[in-house]
Amino acid sequence: MTQSFPFSKVYGVAAVLACITICGLLSALLGDGLWDAFSWCALAIPLVVIVMYLIKSYRR
Amino acid sequence: MMSARRVRTWYRLHKWTSLLCTLFLLISCLTGLPLIFHDEIDHLVSPVHFAGPPVDIPPVSFNAVVLAAKRQNPKLRTLFVSMEDDEPQLNVGMANGLTVQSKGRKLLTYDAYTGAPVQSHQPGTTLMDKLLLLHRGLFAGVAGELFMGLMALLFVIALITGVLVYGPFMRRLDFGTVRRSRSRRLHWFDLHNLLGIVTLSWALVVGATGIMNALSTPLFAMWRASAVPQLLASYANRPPAQTIITPDQAADAARHALPQMKVTGIIFPNPVMSTTHHFLVYTKGRTPVTARLFTPVLVDAETGTVALAKPFPWYIRTLEVSRPLHFGDYGGLPLKVIWAAFDVTTVLVLLSGVYLWLSKKRTPVEEELDRFVHLEDLNSSISPELGAHA
Repeated sequence: MTQSFPFSKVYGVAAVLACITICGLLSALLGDGLWDAFSWCALAIPLVVIVMYLIKSYRR
Repeated sequence: MMSARRVRTWYRLHKWTSLLCTLFLLISCLTGLPLIFHDEIDHLVSPVHFAGPPVDIPPVSFNAVVLAAKRQNPKLRTLFVSMEDDEPQLNVGMANGLTVQSKGRKLLTYDAYTGAPVQSHQPGTTLMDKLLLLHRGLFAGVAGELFMGLMALLFVIALITGVLVYGPFMRRLDFGTVRRSRSRRLHWFDLHNLLGIVTLSWALVVGATGIMNALSTPLFAMWRASAVPQLLASYANRPPAQTIITPDQAADAARHALPQMKVTGIIFPNPVMSTTHHFLVYTKGRTPVTARLFTPVLVDAETGTVALAKPFPWYIRTLEVSRPLHFGDYGGLPLKVIWAAFDVTTVLVLLSGVYLWLSKKRTPVEEELDRFVHLEDLNSSISPELGAHA
């Protein structure tokens, strides 16, 4: 199972979500006001992604 | 790079580290959920009205409330006086012994404008306090805290090995595949993968900061052991401070030494919490980041001179930054709601993991892994298609 592991296909979305989450976690720590608002939006994205895929699976 | 044997090792590590910590993690998640809203619940249960807005320097002197507390409890020892951050409330901590864990501990609270006692409960008596003690260390003190720290470490290992096996299992599937029509087990398997991978970073951060928080007692002991002996060398053979300055004088000395900092608490001379010859004044910065970072100031209890005003070493700083990242209390109510949603999702990942373990003694996945390891041993180049067999 070595030669052609599709790394970006398997881990791509996860890596993007991880970056978004980390930015969201840090931004509220670094400032108030807009920084907090950015944090809420960024951290809401992974939660929205979960809901999206769950809805998709129930529509099938 | 990814032999079947290695994947099987990761898989086993993931399975066993998860199973060992799952029960304690469930306790953490379930007690943590209401604790996210600790402040809101406290305000709702016992609303307190103060004579003014939060202040930097309390209009009432620290000494006035310390004396009032002492009049009320002449037999108890005064441990500290502190001021709340978001409310003009002064706290006086007292106990029979030398630490806040001692018997007969009492927290007396006062309005920083009027010095009037504020109606409040004793620490450790409310439901929220009990949940916190359970969450932190299963009611078992420092030993319990260290145990929960170990469970958090297992959790972090389970997360990392979980990511490592996620790849091989998902190589034939699209991201977010949730198959509902085939079997209940497959459905839960897909949910476990989806919820787990999406909340991974949050869980890693909360798990790692949980380890840090569990180590707070030994870390502070470490700092004291490194800072105090050389400080006390010049006091050798002298009796503990007799006539001591007021806490307000100690606070002023600290403010003078660090004018940009805000005084948040003053620990009285005490061989365990400060030293027998010094007030330990806690100060912190005023920006969102520096407000998390405390600088201790040791003030000679007889002369009022500043003996030490140096930021904490890196390990205490790491601990200080770990706190908000664990509690989620640093970005207003919306962040707390998000924290709660991640917490609930983590519970679902844990429960689905337990279900996957219980649903079959020996799962097809494990048999497949064994088969592929065997094939590999025979120098076969066949690739396991784990996703299809899960």
